[in-house]
Amino acid sequence: MSSDSSALIDLNVFTALQESAGADFVIELVDTFLEEGPLMLAELRAAWDADDADTFKRTAHSLKSNGQTFGALGFAALARTLELDGLAAAKARGDVALLTIERAYGEIAAELQELVHG
Amino acid sequence: MAEGRVLIVEDNRVNRLLLARNVEQLGLVVATAENGRLALELLRREPFDLLLLDIAMPEMDGYEVLQRMLADVQLRDLPVIVTSSVEGLDSVVRCIALGAEDYLHKPVNPVLLKARIHASLEKKRLRDELKAMLRRFATTEVAQDMQQAGFALGGRKVRGAVMFTDIRGFTAIVESQSPEEIIDLLNTWYMLMFDAINSHGGVVNQMIGDGLMAIFGAPLPLADPCKRAVAAAREMTEMVAQYSAERVALGKPPIAVGIGIATGDMVAGYTGTEKRATYTCIGDTVNLAARLEAHTRIAKCSILVDAATRAELGDGVPVDPLGSAQLKGKAAPVDIFSIGL
Repeated sequence: MSSDSSALIDLNVFTALQESAGADFVIELVDTFLEEGPLMLAELRAAWDADDADTFKRTAHSLKSNGQTFGALGFAALARTLELDGLAAAKARGDVALLTIERAYGEIAAELQELVHG
Repeated sequence: MAEGRVLIVEDNRVNRLLLARNVEQLGLVVATAENGRLALELLRREPFDLLLLDIAMPEMDGYEVLQRMLADVQLRDLPVIVTSSVEGLDSVVRCIALGAEDYLHKPVNPVLLKARIHASLEKKRLRDELKAMLRRFATTEVAQDMQQAGFALGGRKVRGAVMFTDIRGFTAIVESQSPEEIIDLLNTWYMLMFDAINSHGGVVNQMIGDGLMAIFGAPLPLADPCKRAVAAAREMTEMVAQYSAERVALGKPPIAVGIGIATGDMVAGYTGTEKRATYTCIGDTVNLAARLEAHTRIAKCSILVDAATRAELGDGVPVDPLGSAQLKGKAAPVDIFSIGL
């Protein structure tokens, strides 16, 4: 485990998850998140394009929840802002909001991959 | 380790897997659904002991699931623990108001989840026991009505038929049999009587020694309460005759039944105290039914009914008018009718 990973993933949260659910199970869980994450981000962008505020909010909510589960607290905070502000407020800031969360996902995905597969 | 079937309703795959893992670690059986609509379909198809419910879901969200469960007599008592990342107190208040047992914020703490699940399953077990107890005394419909309407002392006027019955010559039987045989006789007797009364829509509301009182038409209104009461009485007489023949074959004394039925208005409701109460009916109709049952010994017949019951019976049942009789507690003679088998 590199010390850098703690900047993106709160290791206290991640270790507690491994202890309660089992380390092998957490590998499966991370792999599921690595499959689902890109799909959720694509859904978020599609909702942005279609002006679908409900789906946008619900998908941001889902990303927040998964970020919190793995201890990706910075990522979860970005998703939370999108969820609570809503589509209109996010759009007012331009698509930097989307680009930021997509980049953050890329970073935590790499860290999670590193944490479980080495 | 706890036993039970838990349905997890969650649209997010990661959350679904993790919750299922947490619940399976408690030794419970898990099924999952991806949204509220699929969850309701499963709930109506299979029995569950507990629901873990997400709120923000596509197709049908958690609030709507709670609303629909509340409106469904079959589902309203199933405990629900909401597991959600929705922030703010409003969501918690809304879920509790819609009948949720508990609300856990995600990510769910596994220790807290375990405690809440065990508490909910224990409540469910107690509710199931209560329901089973209620059903021993009433039909499923009446038990559900009592659960829905809640319990409150007080009465209302209803029209229905009242039945009293007991075992003929029970005192003599008690003197000649062992206590074990007496209890065995009473248990069989009550089982036969309850079956016949409940299957015709009646409610047994009092058991006194070898006698019982049943109501047809309360707490729930019933179509043709007189016909149903008389049909139950005929079935009871027939079953007791069969049971008596079996007893005689075993060298035991025979038994016979006396049944009185009266129809009319009465006051029905819960009487007693908040801690101990009984559902009963009072009024002239009830007194008359009790007197008719007592009079079956004198009239030497199994089933006696009053004129109001006779009038609503129609022609399908063999009825023998016995003229008028002076019944104890009644100022004027009463027209009585014997019902044949």
